[in-house]
Amino acid sequence: MSESTRTPAPGGTTLRVGRGVFLATVAGGLTSLLWGRSVWSRVSSAISPVESLIPLVPTGGWRIYTVSGSLPGFDPTTWRLQLAGAVDRPVALDYRELLALPKTEQVSTFHCVTGWTVHNVRWGGVRIKDVLARVTPHPEAHALRFVSAEHPYDDYLTLDQASLSDVMLAYEMDGKPLSRAHGAPLRLVIPDMYGYKNVKWLNRIELVPREARGYWEQLGYDQDAWVGRSNGYGT
Amino acid sequence: MRYVRRFSRTERLLHWANALGFFTLLGSGLILYLPSLAVVVGRRPLVKDVHFWSGIGWVVMLGVIALAGDRRGILRTARELDGFDRDDARWLLGRRPAPQGRFNAGQKLNAALTAAYTLLFFVSGMLLWLGERDTRFRFASTVVLHDGLMYAAVILLIGHLYLAVIHPATRHALRGITLGTVDEEWAGRHHAKWKPE
Repeated sequence: MSESTRTPAPGGTTLRVGRGVFLATVAGGLTSLLWGRSVWSRVSSAISPVESLIPLVPTGGWRIYTVSGSLPGFDPTTWRLQLAGAVDRPVALDYRELLALPKTEQVSTFHCVTGWTVHNVRWGGVRIKDVLARVTPHPEAHALRFVSAEHPYDDYLTLDQASLSDVMLAYEMDGKPLSRAHGAPLRLVIPDMYGYKNVKWLNRIELVPREARGYWEQLGYDQDAWVGRSNGYGT
Repeated sequence: MRYVRRFSRTERLLHWANALGFFTLLGSGLILYLPSLAVVVGRRPLVKDVHFWSGIGWVVMLGVIALAGDRRGILRTARELDGFDRDDARWLLGRRPAPQGRFNAGQKLNAALTAAYTLLFFVSGMLLWLGERDTRFRFASTVVLHDGLMYAAVILLIGHLYLAVIHPATRHALRGITLGTVDEEWAGRHHAKWKPE
């Protein structure tokens, strides 16, 4: 049928609405790369009173990142925290000895380098200095290597970074023993740095002369993972 | 009962390839996203690979079917989906009668949104993948966009599945997208302006 013989559609003029909806949705989605996060953080703080009663977002804000085939398990009878490296005599703390150290609690915010954030996480655990008090470090030790039971994950902090006032080794989260997903029984918490520095399933701390590159640093992430000032953000 | 052809083989292949890709991506994506599933399944690096390559495979598969299949038919279908007339506006506002073509106005909107979501899923997914490798591709909002799309797409999918599988008046349409043909009398009631060939 040629254009001239086509009868007008009985529904009247046809408008190209489909492509309009498509283009508007694509435009909205692409520009959200600029505004999505700030809008979402406003929405999530607005719904947080409701959220504490009924979880609207099924993740609780967290997502569980791992680098190996399975999550390490935790057996309180065999688990040890090794303190080793440049120390006079290495020490292994068992779970009971860990819990017997002076306990500290804090509420801090957890930032992941991929863009998600969990506000007001309640941590319970020990300060690093109280753990290091169990060994005698050699004078050349200026950094710490944190080794995860999840092979080959590790990361480093300088002793200065590790002694920031809100750095801790946490064995409790939100009032409960740390769950397997969050690194049971012990994880590093350093709120000023992105999550990849907050080593989970911690079972060994080594005193070392200086920092080396940890698991994610070897894949190109920044050694000093300051929130908002590293890894391409705020620079 | 007389049957009339509603969907070509290319259209049906595109639909089911899209469904297969979507469900593979939704399943692997939820394992990556939900802590409870992440703990049960573990194997995150493997699941990440499955998710990434399903995404690539999804887009490649749709492209191959579109190029190797009935290209002119697809363009004709795209034009049908694009155009809304006064009856479509009436249909969306719930006014009747509002005689519909081969696609009703809701199906046209579903198609436009699904196409937009597909493109945005692909772009944000590639940005997540690239951003893990190079800070120049890293945006703090990429993960918000990718998650938000998942919620939007699942809501659309639930409506689509309800109408295609459960709702008695419309579920006959499932025959059209699987076998290609629908009951002529049903087509007359739901798609009065459509003139089957």
